Amino acid sequence: MVTKNLIGPKEINVILHRLACQLVENHGDFKDTVLIGLQPRGIPFIERLIEVLSNTYGVKDIPIGRLDTTFYRDDFRRRGAPLSANQTRIDFLVEGKRVVFVDDVLFTGRSIRAALDAVLSFGRPAEIELMVLVDRRFSRELPIQPDYVGRQVDSIASERVLVEWDDERNENRVSIVESGNDE
Amino acid sequence: MMSELSVRHLLGIKDVTEEDIQLIFKTADQFKEVINRPIKKVPSLRDITIANLFFENSTRTRLSFELAEKRLSADVVNFSASSSSVSKGETLIDTVNNILSMKVDMVVMRHPHPGAAQFLSKHIDANIVNAGDGTHEHPTQALLDAYSIRERLGDVAGKKVVIVGDILHSRVALSNIFCLQKLGAEVMVCGPSTLIPKYIHTLGVKVEHNLDRALEWCDVANMLRVQHERMDIKYFPSIREYTMQYGVNMERLRKLERPITIMHPGPINRGVEITSEVADSEQALILQQVENGVAIRMAVLYLLANQGLVQKDDKLS
Repeated sequence: MVTKNLIGPKEINVILHRLACQLVENHGDFKDTVLIGLQPRGIPFIERLIEVLSNTYGVKDIPIGRLDTTFYRDDFRRRGAPLSANQTRIDFLVEGKRVVFVDDVLFTGRSIRAALDAVLSFGRPAEIELMVLVDRRFSRELPIQPDYVGRQVDSIASERVLVEWDDERNENRVSIVESGNDE
Repeated sequence: MMSELSVRHLLGIKDVTEEDIQLIFKTADQFKEVINRPIKKVPSLRDITIANLFFENSTRTRLSFELAEKRLSADVVNFSASSSSVSKGETLIDTVNNILSMKVDMVVMRHPHPGAAQFLSKHIDANIVNAGDGTHEHPTQALLDAYSIRERLGDVAGKKVVIVGDILHSRVALSNIFCLQKLGAEVMVCGPSTLIPKYIHTLGVKVEHNLDRALEWCDVANMLRVQHERMDIKYFPSIREYTMQYGVNMERLRKLERPITIMHPGPINRGVEITSEVADSEQALILQQVENGVAIRMAVLYLLANQGLVQKDDKLS
């Protein structure tokens, strides 16, 4: 197993600020905007994004949701071990809202497809945008592209892109793991 | 945490592990959120067909299963014995084989004979969910009862639960005993000695014939229905006497040092095993049990559906 570091803690911080700025640029006062983190790995990312938005850019009280897509996936009964479900918590209707999905890694696009399906249970949003920390380009299986990208990386299917969050030791990082026989 | 059940069928609580039960609860937590959404439906089982075979009358369980199946987007076919060829003399295995030829993936079955679900699981390929087999087991009821206790009291482990009434004819009692014990609760049964099976203590449960003492001991009292339809002889002199000895009323509950939780699997005989006042009180969990029933059944069907295909693949290779 070979691990290659892609992004270090300092760069992640810069990226978080840039993504926050882009959101502010596009959404202004965030009047109708809601952010939805995709379970499980979008949650630590969205938490840090919110922190930056409120501490540095004074954007407070944006409605935040957590969406789990397990029951909407298209690979149910087609993969060896089933995924276990995580909590969905959306305390508002998305009807007429500008929704931004937040996730850590965009790979085949299938989780996003499931999320598009899932969010409709909470109403019909005015629009849906996608923000990802890492975009594994050239690996998409569906016509889905992100609107806000932290970093684009080129990787092959046998590699895994790993995002690790460790604020206490200031060791947030993104790395590529060559796992050989995985997937 | 495990994300797979250790069994292919849910025939009884006796066959599943504590980890299985915890996995079902964890999945049910998520489904409970789903059924409280504006749109209460997920597409998980959209390519699955489920047959509900009810060889015995049922309202609540059948509705609950049907609702769970529909909320998971499964295709559902219903069958009830009264309106079918069973009355023309067809055997169980023939009936079921005919239904399976219609390419059914899962079967939910209620049957008056103990072991019917077990029998079926040995002869057909689909995943079986036992929705009650005679006086044997009723696993989803036990799961939803334990889930409701966990929801109200935080945990099942360490709690004291008394099951009151007709233990002899009750599949709910047997499944509840297995389920609660696996989760670390203490179980007592209480009722007239004619309705307590002779060797029930070998399951590790306490036996008490005095309801007041039982209520004093417990955190939760699960009041069973007196099953007149299964009683071909007199087990107690009169309903009135049963109610005086084993019916729970407000007066009894007020005498206790601390409030206890009252459960009932339904349908209630109001004024027999439980008074209306108690059934409609804050202490009663009866309607929460019904709501949790749908979430638990969704979890069971969802988790078993996954088992189906993995196993079939094994067979192919």
